[in-house]
Amino acid sequence: MRVRDALASPVLWVGVLFVALLVGMPELRPVFHWAFPAVKEPVFERTSFVALWLSHAGMVAAASLAASIIGVGLAVFATRPAGRDFRPIVNVLATIGQTFPPAAVLALAVPAIGFGPEPTIVALFLYGLLPVIENALAGLDGVPPAVRDAAEGMGLSPWQMLRDVELPLAMPAILAGVRVSVTIAIGTATIGSTVGALTLGTPIFDGLAGNKLPFVIQGAVLVALFAILTDMLFARLDRRLRALPETPFGR
Amino acid sequence: MIEIDRVSKAYDTRVVVDDLSLSVPEGAFCVLLGPSGCGKSTILRMINRLAPFDAGVIRVGGEDVREVPPEILRRRIGYAIQATGLFPHWRVEDNIATVPRLLGWPRRRVRDRVEELLQLLRLDPETYRRKYPHQLSGGEQQRVGVARALAADPDLLLMDEPFGALDPVTRLALQGEVLRIQQQTKKTVIFVTHDIEEALRLASVIAIVERGRLAQWGTPLDILENPASAFVAEFVGGEGIGLHLLALRKVADRLRPDETADGEPLPSETSLRDALAAMTRRRTDRLPVVDAAGRPLGAITLGDLVR
Repeated sequence: MRVRDALASPVLWVGVLFVALLVGMPELRPVFHWAFPAVKEPVFERTSFVALWLSHAGMVAAASLAASIIGVGLAVFATRPAGRDFRPIVNVLATIGQTFPPAAVLALAVPAIGFGPEPTIVALFLYGLLPVIENALAGLDGVPPAVRDAAEGMGLSPWQMLRDVELPLAMPAILAGVRVSVTIAIGTATIGSTVGALTLGTPIFDGLAGNKLPFVIQGAVLVALFAILTDMLFARLDRRLRALPETPFGR
Repeated sequence: MIEIDRVSKAYDTRVVVDDLSLSVPEGAFCVLLGPSGCGKSTILRMINRLAPFDAGVIRVGGEDVREVPPEILRRRIGYAIQATGLFPHWRVEDNIATVPRLLGWPRRRVRDRVEELLQLLRLDPETYRRKYPHQLSGGEQQRVGVARALAADPDLLLMDEPFGALDPVTRLALQGEVLRIQQQTKKTVIFVTHDIEEALRLASVIAIVERGRLAQWGTPLDILENPASAFVAEFVGGEGIGLHLLALRKVADRLRPDETADGEPLPSETSLRDALAAMTRRRTDRLPVVDAAGRPLGAITLGDLVR
């Protein structure tokens, strides 16, 4: 039964397809030759796709982890009595991060930090902050007032209230924010290639510069599969989170 | 004993509690009764410091509530509210165990206590222990809410319109449970409601609150017989007071000893209101009365009810 369930899962098949293409792209050389007879070397080979993906995923992970921690932290702060006054500022900061085009962030960051992965991580971090903050705020606001009242009335300290009641109840919303943030970051990270970061966007930009359509296709398909696969894994995590409730007071 | 001593609270210029004093003896079932927005909930929430107050002192068991850290104070006082506020992500047993766990009770003791409380509230432990709040009916949720409030065996129980959202049948059942538990355990209960019938059914003493002031304080019978003001008289039912009075008195109080009558006898503990209902339904003005063991005590007539 378990094996059948696993075989029926689309996550598995998308994952298999993604890994197969990541490792086995050079094997598809005849196919690309046939489809693009005019292109001499139709498979991107300057760097392996695995190395591109590792670098790409590493930047996304670093940026999204920072955006998640800082985003949730800011949302928690803005919903405490002491931080309530800062809530409009937090909202504005997050919105500015979102409206600033990542390309512009890169252009501004390069002179300050130099070429390479760092400016990309900064851009992804700023861009990913808004979904996390917005969803975390919505999740924390969504805790029913009666639940807060009862929790307070029974003598939970503010810290216990946050840890045992507010964060667990807000977790599905927070996770949804992180999911959006990560998915956007996977797509956006490709432009890091324009400032010297290695990403799955590198073949795309090489292909555009050298007029080699197959490179563009190879990069785009892998980025898309990576984003879809990640999103599916988050969906699975979300279901698991809703099914497995917390045990109170960290026991 | 709970003493509320000249307590006031104003928001800007709006006074919600106005120089209010009240002292509730130990073991009393005290109902704070008044219309919506009269400040009765605020008064209740001041006792466990969920609501601040500007002036005056509140003492619980002789101790000024402002001298105790709020979390410590609240863990010693049971608290149940209308919307229950059950934690939706915790099972029934974890909800009930909240305060005992906060107090660091050993696991074994918590488990035993949860079982005891489920039984006290007539919820089968094996059926309910592992359920989540959303799997329960409104009445069951409120039973769990009451069990949770009782979990650490507090001497004082604060209840804020706990049964206001329940249907009449469920409400009556839960009122019965709370009354039974209070009489068994002799806990002091302070209970907020705007429902006069509920107040008369439960209270040993009633405090009627009008715009943040104490309008009257006394036993249910005191208040019905001698309303202190037009407001109180109107609020406790106007002409309907008569029916409330019938509900409070027993057939035993108006009995004609040694007389007899025909028909199905009434137990002497029947309220006069139920006696009236029985006479009306049976189209008679005279019924025999028996004691709890079924021995004849006498008779009661329609005229006796209103004497």
